[in-house]
Amino acid sequence: MAQEEVVVVVINRFNLFLCLCIFSLCAFFSHAGVLEQDRADVLYHRYDGGGMTIDGPAILLRKKVNESVAISAYYYVDTISSASVDVMSTASPYSEERHEGQLGLEYLYDKTTMFFNIGQSDEADYLAKSVNFSLSHDTFGDLTQLSLGVGFSDNDISRNGDEVFAEQSQQYRVRAGINQILTTNLSIAFNIESIADEGYLNNPYRTVRFIDNSIPAGVGYQSEVYPKTRNSFSTKLSASYYLPYRAALFFHYRYFTDSWQIDANDIELGYRHPLGKTLELDLKLRYYQQNQASFYSDLFPYQDAQNYLARDKELSDFNDITLGLGVTYLIPQHLSIKGWRSEASLQWDYITFNYKNFRDPTAQAAVGEEPLYGFSTHIIRAFFSVYF
Amino acid sequence: MIVVTFSRVLSIVFILGAFGLTGCAQPIEPWVKPYQRQFLADPIMRTNRHPIANKHIAHVFDARESARGADGTGGGGCGCN
Repeated sequence: MAQEEVVVVVINRFNLFLCLCIFSLCAFFSHAGVLEQDRADVLYHRYDGGGMTIDGPAILLRKKVNESVAISAYYYVDTISSASVDVMSTASPYSEERHEGQLGLEYLYDKTTMFFNIGQSDEADYLAKSVNFSLSHDTFGDLTQLSLGVGFSDNDISRNGDEVFAEQSQQYRVRAGINQILTTNLSIAFNIESIADEGYLNNPYRTVRFIDNSIPAGVGYQSEVYPKTRNSFSTKLSASYYLPYRAALFFHYRYFTDSWQIDANDIELGYRHPLGKTLELDLKLRYYQQNQASFYSDLFPYQDAQNYLARDKELSDFNDITLGLGVTYLIPQHLSIKGWRSEASLQWDYITFNYKNFRDPTAQAAVGEEPLYGFSTHIIRAFFSVYF
Repeated sequence: MIVVTFSRVLSIVFILGAFGLTGCAQPIEPWVKPYQRQFLADPIMRTNRHPIANKHIAHVFDARESARGADGTGGGGCGCN
């Protein structure tokens, strides 16, 4: 038995060595990759629905330093005005701003691309600092692309109007993926990502409600209590297909599961169709469904009914449907700046959320018998892209 | 015996995986040649054709849904109450 194990180990090592040698030679003699073209994007976004309005600008710049190195910068602003159903049941409407910035460095060596990114998101009661590293490698005659990535985020959480409140959380991400060209018309991608959170994962403003017959309203409120850890795993399959005429079909399916016993699925179908030489039309249909977290309830039977308590509608059982439309205008060269290739795009998404066990507490009805909540939202993105 | 079988399975998986992923195996050649990729190289085939728009919609879904990850975007703050 020992001899067989030795033989297996020797075979393993020999094959590994052989493979690495041949692979190194292939990589050495093969054509090197190229970095993507320089570009600048300026965007205005607006989200309007469920009592919330969020809008603001965003800028993305990407510039090659040389044939191997590119740098990128991203800046994003959310101006939030909220009177959502969660807020209106126990608090007052509020306004705030969130600023997010990212800096990226991309390094290409032969067929391997390394990407390093740091970012910060800053709002009055939440400061997130993140760092990400990813690596991708083209192989098998450039039919296959392998990728790996890790990320870390450190978050400081405070509560407006409460100088004493100060909490922290951390997030760790590990991801891997493979892109594979299958035919002259079809390529697929398979990605997995594991995310681990630890620390204060609650929303500091949210409360749960419970039956309290000792007061006239019949309902009492207490703060949410979440577990201090959350581990999740997602896997996503994507496919892009070039149709027999010049148009593209996209398919995505993602499965998600986590330690809070939430299972979710989303499936998306996209279609891109050029109209003449100057227009492109995008259509999108997406369906998302999740079940509730194990510690979620719309109405608890009494105070401190269990160790963990949540009434965040994002942790309830619900589904949503997205319909998306987009138009891109490819600006003729004689009209564009310095003759650079430019595009102007307008995208509109309409999302309908249907909650299965989250009731509308603002409705006039007996406690626990309110109608189930649901809302729709319109999302608009208008942006301008220049390639130089 | 179980150890040997497990080692054999692992070695086979590893060898096939290594050959498949690195393109070392002689019988398996890249079947779509570079000159046959004009359709795949068409800009309309790019899922990340509008990266700034993709970042935004990913942020919206992250804020409104529990599922996260494997979507090609990094983490960040919220602004999602």
